[in-house]
Amino acid sequence: MSDDDLRQMIGRVQRGTLSRRGFVRRMAAVGLTAPMATQLLAIAGVASPASAQSVPNYGPARRGGGGALKILYWQAATLLNPHFGSGTTNADASRVFYEPLAGWASDGTLHPILAAEIPSVENRGLAEDGRSVTWKLRRDAKWHDGQQFSADDVVFNWEFAKNPAVAAVTSGSYRDVNVVKVDDFTVRVEFNQPTPFWADAFVAAIGQIIPKHLFKDYAGANARDAPNNLRPVGTSAYKFVSFAPGDNLRAELNPNYYLDNRPYFDTLEIKGGGDAVSAARAVLQTADFDYAWNMQVEDAILKRLEEAGRGKVNIVDGGAIEFVQLNTTDPNREVDGERSSIKTEHPAFRDPAVREAMALLIDRNALEQHIYGRGGPATANFLNNPPRFVSPNMRWEFNIQKANEILDRAGWARGRDNIRAKGDVRLKFVFQTSVNAPRQRTQAVYKQAAQRAGIDLELKSVNGSVFFSSDVGNPDTYVKLYADMQMYTTTMPQADPERFMNQYVSWECSAKANNWQGRNIVRYRNDEYDTLYRQAQGELDPIKRAAMFIRMNDLVVSSNHIIPLVKRPTVSASLNNLHHVLSAWDGTTWLLRDWWRQT
Amino acid sequence: MTQYLIRRLLIAIPSLLGISVILFTVLALAPGDPFEELATNPAIPPDVRAHLRASLGMDDPVHIRYFAWLSSMLRGEWGYSFVSRIPVDQLILQRLPTTVAVIGTSQILALCIALPVGVYAATRPYSVFDQVANTLAFVGFSLPTFFTGLLLILLFSIHLGWLPFVFRSDIEATGWRWWWEMFKQSIMPIMVLGLFQGAAWTRYVRSAVLDVIRLDHVTTARSKGLPERRITIRHVVRNAMIPVVTLVALQMPAVFGGAIVTEQIFRVPGIGSLLISAILANDTPVIMGVTFVFACLVIFFNLVADILYGWLDPRISYR
Repeated sequence: MSDDDLRQMIGRVQRGTLSRRGFVRRMAAVGLTAPMATQLLAIAGVASPASAQSVPNYGPARRGGGGALKILYWQAATLLNPHFGSGTTNADASRVFYEPLAGWASDGTLHPILAAEIPSVENRGLAEDGRSVTWKLRRDAKWHDGQQFSADDVVFNWEFAKNPAVAAVTSGSYRDVNVVKVDDFTVRVEFNQPTPFWADAFVAAIGQIIPKHLFKDYAGANARDAPNNLRPVGTSAYKFVSFAPGDNLRAELNPNYYLDNRPYFDTLEIKGGGDAVSAARAVLQTADFDYAWNMQVEDAILKRLEEAGRGKVNIVDGGAIEFVQLNTTDPNREVDGERSSIKTEHPAFRDPAVREAMALLIDRNALEQHIYGRGGPATANFLNNPPRFVSPNMRWEFNIQKANEILDRAGWARGRDNIRAKGDVRLKFVFQTSVNAPRQRTQAVYKQAAQRAGIDLELKSVNGSVFFSSDVGNPDTYVKLYADMQMYTTTMPQADPERFMNQYVSWECSAKANNWQGRNIVRYRNDEYDTLYRQAQGELDPIKRAAMFIRMNDLVVSSNHIIPLVKRPTVSASLNNLHHVLSAWDGTTWLLRDWWRQT
Repeated sequence: MTQYLIRRLLIAIPSLLGISVILFTVLALAPGDPFEELATNPAIPPDVRAHLRASLGMDDPVHIRYFAWLSSMLRGEWGYSFVSRIPVDQLILQRLPTTVAVIGTSQILALCIALPVGVYAATRPYSVFDQVANTLAFVGFSLPTFFTGLLLILLFSIHLGWLPFVFRSDIEATGWRWWWEMFKQSIMPIMVLGLFQGAAWTRYVRSAVLDVIRLDHVTTARSKGLPERRITIRHVVRNAMIPVVTLVALQMPAVFGGAIVTEQIFRVPGIGSLLISAILANDTPVIMGVTFVFACLVIFFNLVADILYGWLDPRISYR
């Protein structure tokens, strides 16, 4: 189906000659999923009946009476200010109390929370030139201390987060936009250039709004000393009771919440610490807790625990991916005091034949079946979600014989030690990753196959807290990439690939000059990719823009400098009778107000 | 005696300084930083991380950071945790009651086992009781706590379903119910630690008593016709206690330091789990705070042990 056909069909829906359902069905026939089809309609300006579709129905007919909800995290929250808390655990814990204007539902659509409606072109929320978005706020939202929530609070959060003295971890989403108060319950976010991805500031984890009246005296270098960093006063369905950093968080029902019949539970407890396996036990086997977060546990164990019949494992597909990088630069030559400098070229990986062979030598099926289970479906793409951005063009294959043929043809001959070489370059690579059981097993699987193709992999594993640190003095960090190849998981925190795909633009190359803080760690450089990325940043036509990201994915994957292995969906455990609302694009607690228990 | 005390306390100062220098240097040399999680998140620009590092003074040279820490420590300011921005002393105080309750009880339990069993076994060496006690003691201290902990969880929490295995510091109950709930959730960690420690101490008590029981003054006491009970308590145990006191005194700081592994298994919010999570997060002020207090306690209890010797054995004098 071409662009034009699609546009015509959307036009028919707009005119009413084709039903929404008919449209979705036709899209499904050509291989587009329902969420993608509805998304296309929404972006094209066709009103959707209600975004409630993307969130399951809420059962209870009255507020409260649900008893206690007990959630277990094997990491513990340490801070309850969304602008400071690093990591998912802290963002989720502060989300219990603070709300953003909107959150991301699992199908990649926006769900209004403090916003009265989701801005769109037809409700005049989105400017046609893509330079601004106007949010209408709820008029009935109140802070837990009784104060009225208003546009002043929203504007204050922007000023707070973008202030360099505050050093907020959310600053990246706020410093390049301008926020204007239109009236007491309307704010406008203005962008410097046309911005197709407008739902960043004030949305999801980054968008949690803190109250102006409690933080206005702490909007500078003293921000981290604000007493309310540990005693949050928010707008959500649950009020703060007590917090022991690194251990336990308690909340109770907010009797004045602005939505009817919500919340269901009278009290809420989030216990932190311990390990993932026993957390799974506490839910699936003994039912001491209702929900356990992030089950990084072998799938075989989870399956066995599920047999107790009390709980189930929830798998939510997101954009996180475990992948291998083949260095484009030479890690063994030092230029101007830095190794893996972009002034060099990798002696072996500069030959596309070697890279192609490397991509053929990893058995993703084995990884999925024997190592990751339901927590790691094999994939050929780097960009795997939301569905509208997924490339249909990439295939993966595990074929040692083919790899051998390719290398033979390219002139890499086996030496006496069975390792291939050409000139003075031998196919002997250092393969590094972090210490983590599934990764070490993957390394071993890779090494075995590579050996049969005459390639020797020297396996290296670095402690996670070193590998992922930003310590400039340490040679073993993943950003330095002082190895021939490496493997890790990269996450996709938003339902839009713009931030995610900047990992391969040339100006993001990690180098000494930027203290190795560039996001392009493999140092991939391709003019076509750069041009596409710049175009996509300003492209307002959603269909064209999606096509650009698909092309970018194809470019980087078919270069084989990036070898996608398995997708990493989020895995959690919950009791059978608990109705939760999870999302791959937002925190676990993003819609806690809609959680309830079937009795 | 006073002079001795003063001298010991003065000697403690350079040792504490030395300890703090070593700790600080090792931490500074250790790779990693507290903002590791920000690194893999593409939504956070790298310069925010750099700014955070700078704002916490982490880019200064080690010696400057050390003296800044030392001078504030001397003024009684323990600094703030990098990750939660709570004063370190407050964090430690929050964890102290649980730690002292759980670890303290387990040490008392260990003593209650080790003393009677060890003494009784030594007075009847190679009897059936001694053999059984010995075997159990060997089994006890050969099994690591993480293993016995998991065994207990599997048995009492999962198969029998009697006891909870997630420790909760805020039980919503009052009066007897509170005590009952507290007892139920503390019993497994206390048992795991107490039995392990008790097994080790039983061996020490037994061998210490065996050494004394063969000495001439015990034979003399027996030949005077003193009752066996009195001989054991007045003439044997008192003398045998000297090495045991050293051991127990050196173990006392652990009551404060917590038990990292056991706390992690049972999710006890004690100082051990505070220390391990601080280490994993590279939270230098908290690590320094906990380890420094620990060092002080080790020195203090060494002194206490030395003073107790004098009371147990009047021949020892202090000069």
